[in-house]
Amino acid sequence: MSVELDDLTDAERKALARCHQAILGRRKPLRLDCGVELGPYRMAYQTYGRLNADKSNAILICHALTGDQFAVERHPVTGKPGWWDAMVGPGKVIDPARYFIICANVLGGCMGSTGPMAHDPATGRPWNLRFPVVTIADMVRAQAELLDHLGIPDLFCVIGGSMGGMQVLEWAASYPERVFSAVPIACAARHSAQNIAFHEVGRQAIMADPEWKGGDYRLHNTVPARGLAVARMTAHITYLSEQALQRKFGRSLQDRDALGFGFDADFQVESYLRHQGSTFVDRFDANSYLYITRAMDYFDLAAAHDGVLAKAFTGTPTRFCLMSFTSDWLFPTRESREVVHALNAAAANVSFVEVESDKGHDAFLLDEPEMFRTLQGFLKGAAIVRGLGEGA
Amino acid sequence: MNAAPIRVDLQLIADMVESKTRALDVGCGDGSLLAYLASFKRVDARGMELSQAGVNACVANGLSVIQGDADTDLGDYPDDAFDYVILSQTLQATREPREVLRQMLRVGKRAIVSFPNFAHWQVRLRLVFGGRMPQTVSLPYKWYDTPNIHLCSIDDFRALCRDMGVHVERAIVLNSKSRPIHMPPLVANLIGEQAVFLLRRD
Repeated sequence: MSVELDDLTDAERKALARCHQAILGRRKPLRLDCGVELGPYRMAYQTYGRLNADKSNAILICHALTGDQFAVERHPVTGKPGWWDAMVGPGKVIDPARYFIICANVLGGCMGSTGPMAHDPATGRPWNLRFPVVTIADMVRAQAELLDHLGIPDLFCVIGGSMGGMQVLEWAASYPERVFSAVPIACAARHSAQNIAFHEVGRQAIMADPEWKGGDYRLHNTVPARGLAVARMTAHITYLSEQALQRKFGRSLQDRDALGFGFDADFQVESYLRHQGSTFVDRFDANSYLYITRAMDYFDLAAAHDGVLAKAFTGTPTRFCLMSFTSDWLFPTRESREVVHALNAAAANVSFVEVESDKGHDAFLLDEPEMFRTLQGFLKGAAIVRGLGEGA
Repeated sequence: MNAAPIRVDLQLIADMVESKTRALDVGCGDGSLLAYLASFKRVDARGMELSQAGVNACVANGLSVIQGDADTDLGDYPDDAFDYVILSQTLQATREPREVLRQMLRVGKRAIVSFPNFAHWQVRLRLVFGGRMPQTVSLPYKWYDTPNIHLCSIDDFRALCRDMGVHVERAIVLNSKSRPIHMPPLVANLIGEQAVFLLRRD
């Protein structure tokens, strides 16, 4: 492994010990949207199942903002179950007995793939805020190079929710011939003003933390933990629905019988959010959070195609299945419907299901039988056309 | 995607569709016609359905279906996107049947439309002698809860096609047992309970 990439955090070291990694961009650096050429760079990834003889059963799973490559197994840092173990795994809808499943930490991430805490090969010093701003398209380019590296010509399916769904849309637009089917869940073709606004609050919280030190906190042996925790708390509210919060917590008090007349976590919902914030800091890097939220903010698939979303999918051979959730106000159904309209305008093969759920945006990570049934049916139909057989 | 036997009127529609073509079924319901076309005729079959429950069931069954409304969503598709656009037993429930028909023949090279005949003798009898809004097997609703807001007779539909300059390639009239009948138009308009039309632009 190249020395110039190495300045691993404990979390990264634990992660890389439990997954695969590829050093890419040695011969030809990755040309980023911002104009910078990045290379060499590392992609940390996990695989499940086996690639079949004609390499036709590969599924790429794209993770969301704070996800990573550990979709199925217990997380090597947090010890918690994989973020999509409801969907992926033996006997699940995406079954490694049938498919070769790849999940890679995104470029700009902090679970082993190259991000702002890596070293700039030119200076030998950590990039920190000098790391180039990456986009969703850059993340997808890096994944495409990873597939080249793995010798996988095309994907049976690309699937992901939220920011993962944005990557799915980008995959279908940028590499239509490499995407047999695409499942963007709970996402949009562009980040809305409201979503950018929430991200900005999170970033400002991080940058307002005196421990952040202009992004050079690791040089000072500090951690902007409070800022990152507040960013996570804000974001976490957007992942839930009002009904879900009310049902889960109501106005219940935390470890007390009466109001405390102070600013401790009187309410369960406060305690819950504080816990979400403080545990997040143990597994996520503040600068990485800045970069990845920026990538989402910059995402606007139509803008890259003369402002006409349908042009992103002209002549597409890909089969699409979109899903949204009724109570998701971060990526509401109408955003998915806009993508469906554009796909119709391109005469694409598209299915669209809105799942009834009161669990908000996070529903895509949870036990949602309607989502499972939909994906099961879609994958089965696509597998027959692909020649993979009906199978299990 | 296993297709079971389908309703007689759907079978007639399926028989009008050439194999290995592209078809859009507007108001595809539970997707039985789509499944049949995909399985037995190798048709690239897509569906549009108003009820979300219907859509979800179709997609879970491996069919390509989106939630959509014939009145508003056909406009999204480009010209000639399909070889056939199918509207089965739904035209009478659209807000603007004429515009829906125009859109169908813009998006599809051909259109297949089936609808209940409001000039069927039973309908006429019930209105003339019963003095009540007709309720029959193919028109089972009460006047106040019917989705059928633009009912027509077979002759009305032919007249609309003439007005619009639409060519009728085939017209099959079915009796109350869903069997095709071969009668002069005037009689067919009296005996026919429903009709299936294969149309193309002139």
